Amino acid sequence: MIPARPAPFTSATWLSAVRQHLFADWNTGLASVVLLLLLGYAGTHLLDWGMLRAQWMPDVAACRADGVGACWGVVAEKYRVILLGRYPLEEQWRPVVASSLLLALLLVSCLRSFWRPWLAVLWLLGLPIYFGLMKGHLWGLSLGLTAVDTDRWGGLPLTLLLSSVSIALALPLAVLVALGRRSELPAIRALCSVYVELVRGVPLISVLFMASFMLPLFLPQGLTIDVLLRVLVGITLFAAAYMAEVVRGGLQAVPRGQVEAAASLGLSWWQTQRHVVLPQALTAVLPGLVNNFIAIFKDTSLVTIVSLYELTGALGLALNSDADWRPFKLEGYVFIALIYFLFCFSISRYSLWVERQLALGNPS
Amino acid sequence: MRLSWRSASGRGLLYQAAALLVVMVLGWFLASNTAYNMAQRGIQSGFDFLWGPAGFEIGEGLFNFDSTQSYALAFLTGLGNTVRVAVTGIVMATLLGTLLGVGRFSRNLLVRVLCSAYVEVFRNIPLLLQLLMWYLMLAELLPAVDTPMTLGPLELSKGGLMWISRSAHEEGALWALSPEFMALTLGLTLYTAAFIAEVVRAGVAAVPRGQKEASAALGLSRLQAMRHVLLPQALRIIIPPMTNQYLNLTKNSSLAVAIGYPDVVSIANTALNQTGRAVECIALVMAVYLCTSLLTALLMNAYNRRVALQER
Amino acid sequence: MNEPIIQFDLLNKWFGQHLHVLRDIKLDVKRGERIVVCGPSGSGKSTLIRCINALEGFQSGRLFVDGDELRSDAAGPDLKVIDQIRQKVGMVFQQFNLFPHLSVLDNLMLAPIKVAGMAPQAAHELAMAQLERVRIAEQAHKFPLQLSGGQQQRVAIARALCLKPKIMLFDEPTSALDPEMITEVLDVMTELASAGMTMMCVTHEMGFAKTVADRVVFMDQGQIIEHNTPQEFFGHPQTERSQDFLSKILRH
Repeated sequence: MIPARPAPFTSATWLSAVRQHLFADWNTGLASVVLLLLLGYAGTHLLDWGMLRAQWMPDVAACRADGVGACWGVVAEKYRVILLGRYPLEEQWRPVVASSLLLALLLVSCLRSFWRPWLAVLWLLGLPIYFGLMKGHLWGLSLGLTAVDTDRWGGLPLTLLLSSVSIALALPLAVLVALGRRSELPAIRALCSVYVELVRGVPLISVLFMASFMLPLFLPQGLTIDVLLRVLVGITLFAAAYMAEVVRGGLQAVPRGQVEAAASLGLSWWQTQRHVVLPQALTAVLPGLVNNFIAIFKDTSLVTIVSLYELTGALGLALNSDADWRPFKLEGYVFIALIYFLFCFSISRYSLWVERQLALGNPS
Repeated sequence: MRLSWRSASGRGLLYQAAALLVVMVLGWFLASNTAYNMAQRGIQSGFDFLWGPAGFEIGEGLFNFDSTQSYALAFLTGLGNTVRVAVTGIVMATLLGTLLGVGRFSRNLLVRVLCSAYVEVFRNIPLLLQLLMWYLMLAELLPAVDTPMTLGPLELSKGGLMWISRSAHEEGALWALSPEFMALTLGLTLYTAAFIAEVVRAGVAAVPRGQKEASAALGLSRLQAMRHVLLPQALRIIIPPMTNQYLNLTKNSSLAVAIGYPDVVSIANTALNQTGRAVECIALVMAVYLCTSLLTALLMNAYNRRVALQER
Repeated sequence: MNEPIIQFDLLNKWFGQHLHVLRDIKLDVKRGERIVVCGPSGSGKSTLIRCINALEGFQSGRLFVDGDELRSDAAGPDLKVIDQIRQKVGMVFQQFNLFPHLSVLDNLMLAPIKVAGMAPQAAHELAMAQLERVRIAEQAHKFPLQLSGGQQQRVAIARALCLKPKIMLFDEPTSALDPEMITEVLDVMTELASAGMTMMCVTHEMGFAKTVADRVVFMDQGQIIEHNTPQEFFGHPQTERSQDFLSKILRH
């Protein structure tokens, strides 16, 4: 009998790796050559414009000089407005602290080991602190800070706020609506279906317009509603419809036998859903839900159109009215594109990590 | 059947009645508030404003529109503009997205990496931001109107892409694509192509491995296997999510309002600001998009039935 | 002409760093020889024959197929050689792997037209001839999912035969079939063998091995334990491992 032995150390040099992956045959080789040339051309020009000939100091005259590439000085000059919107300059430490708190809460919620009941308590404590810091007063109680109205909130903190609060509110609503769509009571099923199909059939912009222009008309006289709240309601209702579809897919994936087994054990409908069906359904579609989270994060950029200056809008605010720095808007766009990319890419990597974790737990 | 509080069917009816009651009360409450508020602000209601003169210009469209024509015609022009962008975008995004999705299976490492990088970059940046960037770049990089780039009858400048007729009796643009149209179509195409690439990739990956092996054993090249064996089978898996992407593209075209392209949302916005008839204008927009969604879904369902596998 | 058509020379294959799935394989297959490879599951039988048409690679040793050498993974695959070999080697899979979106006839004509560059008319005649050979010509215009398992496997054999291969590889061709359909497939394979085709077949059908095979190769844990004529192998197994195996499977 030949005993097993370990594989020989394949001293595959980088040369042979390059040959195998890039030049395996004539067509592949040709494509590699063409692509490398194009990449080289584009890459060197980009590097030249973006780094070598770039101007890093916030000096308008230097940026406008001939032969200068990208002007990253616009970021150095305007970063406070871009990142924090119209929040009063002296009080800008408050959105920074509040957002860090929110980010910390979010990060903690991402780790499986923290999925305990006291996480909800943490959120219930953290959110009032957040709003208190940002607003300066809480439910009428003054906190010794200058009051800052919601229409002055802006930039990255606003993006984070809109995304996290709408996701947090939309998810339970989505679960209820998804359960409603599968209900045996025709009226409930019809109501939920109409809601989902209606909202999914229209663009977010029209929902935001509705929230912005029509909500004030719907409310009884004398009751005015915050711009931020209107937008939040709009985004939440929009997000809930899409999430409801994802959750519904998860509910359908739970085998019928589970419900039958629960029924034979004497569990009521609500108990079955809470303890048997929903845990399995939600874990099954967690990647799909996280995709939705990324979409909502990107969609917050649309509130610019209803005059709330989150990150994208704040950039316009910073540069549109300043004739000196306006020619360098492209650099500003690249800056916030990088910020969005960082957040969204991290969330999608997190989603892959969660998928792997769940697969480890349920080897099938 | 005795309707009692205890029986399940009795309770079911009760719940439904309660839900319907709540909805109706809510609806009545909102409607009466709206009526009151509108009366307070002197806003009239009704769709009759559609037949009055619009009082604004529309920069481009399938037919010329001037300010004396009705709001109804303005909405139609906007609808035409939306359809123009949506159809162009869908066709181009499908082509590009399929190439990118198939490219993720290339033997060439460089091609695979570039396709993956494209998908990651364009999926993780908001569409609005991408549109604003493309609009800015087109505005800056296109040559000035009086020094256009020409290729035969085509002319490219900051005024757009135009087909100029230089015949003896007619000087001028036969048709033109505005820079707004180009920026919107370009942005929508590049963005949606990244999502379509993912849909195509997932579809091809879902085809059973044995099909790839059988193709290889028969001597088919990777390209031949992709074209004749893998993609046709992947098509069945791809169609529902692809439909979703087409609908998304159509709805995303509403972002035209941010770069000044006169699509139906943009026109509705102008009309809303001028007449104050928020409910009617928004309802019109929603009706337009709901009909488009329905139509697209019907078409794709029909195509789906056609490509279904023949079974016993 | 007496050179072996397939030559394994101390071939070794690993999955990853430690899973040694083929150990020091040394085997020569002569032209026209019919070989049955048997052994317990996980012994590397399928992996062995999949190396012949490069569906699997290997890390050390040498492999010659009809005079062409298949290089080990370290040297990188030679795509041209692989293409040439695949036109000379036909393979039949356990799961048939017919293309469900193409009719039976199109399944057969695809490779001759696209790979061999045959004219459609000639390909059509070739396909119909092979379908006649496996006695399924009347199903030419049906789709694979409309046929039974046995019929699908016969179509798969015909599809491989359209390449006019010199070697036919069978990877457990009857393992996925209902018992009453196994015979029709084995009959086709027997007829192929008697026509002089070089065959390497991984199978559990010992009756087929006894009647058709020139040699039986017994594998266990990635190595060839014994190879002999069927009479010698079934009558006088020489190693304890093969005796053990035979006692288990020949009980029924």
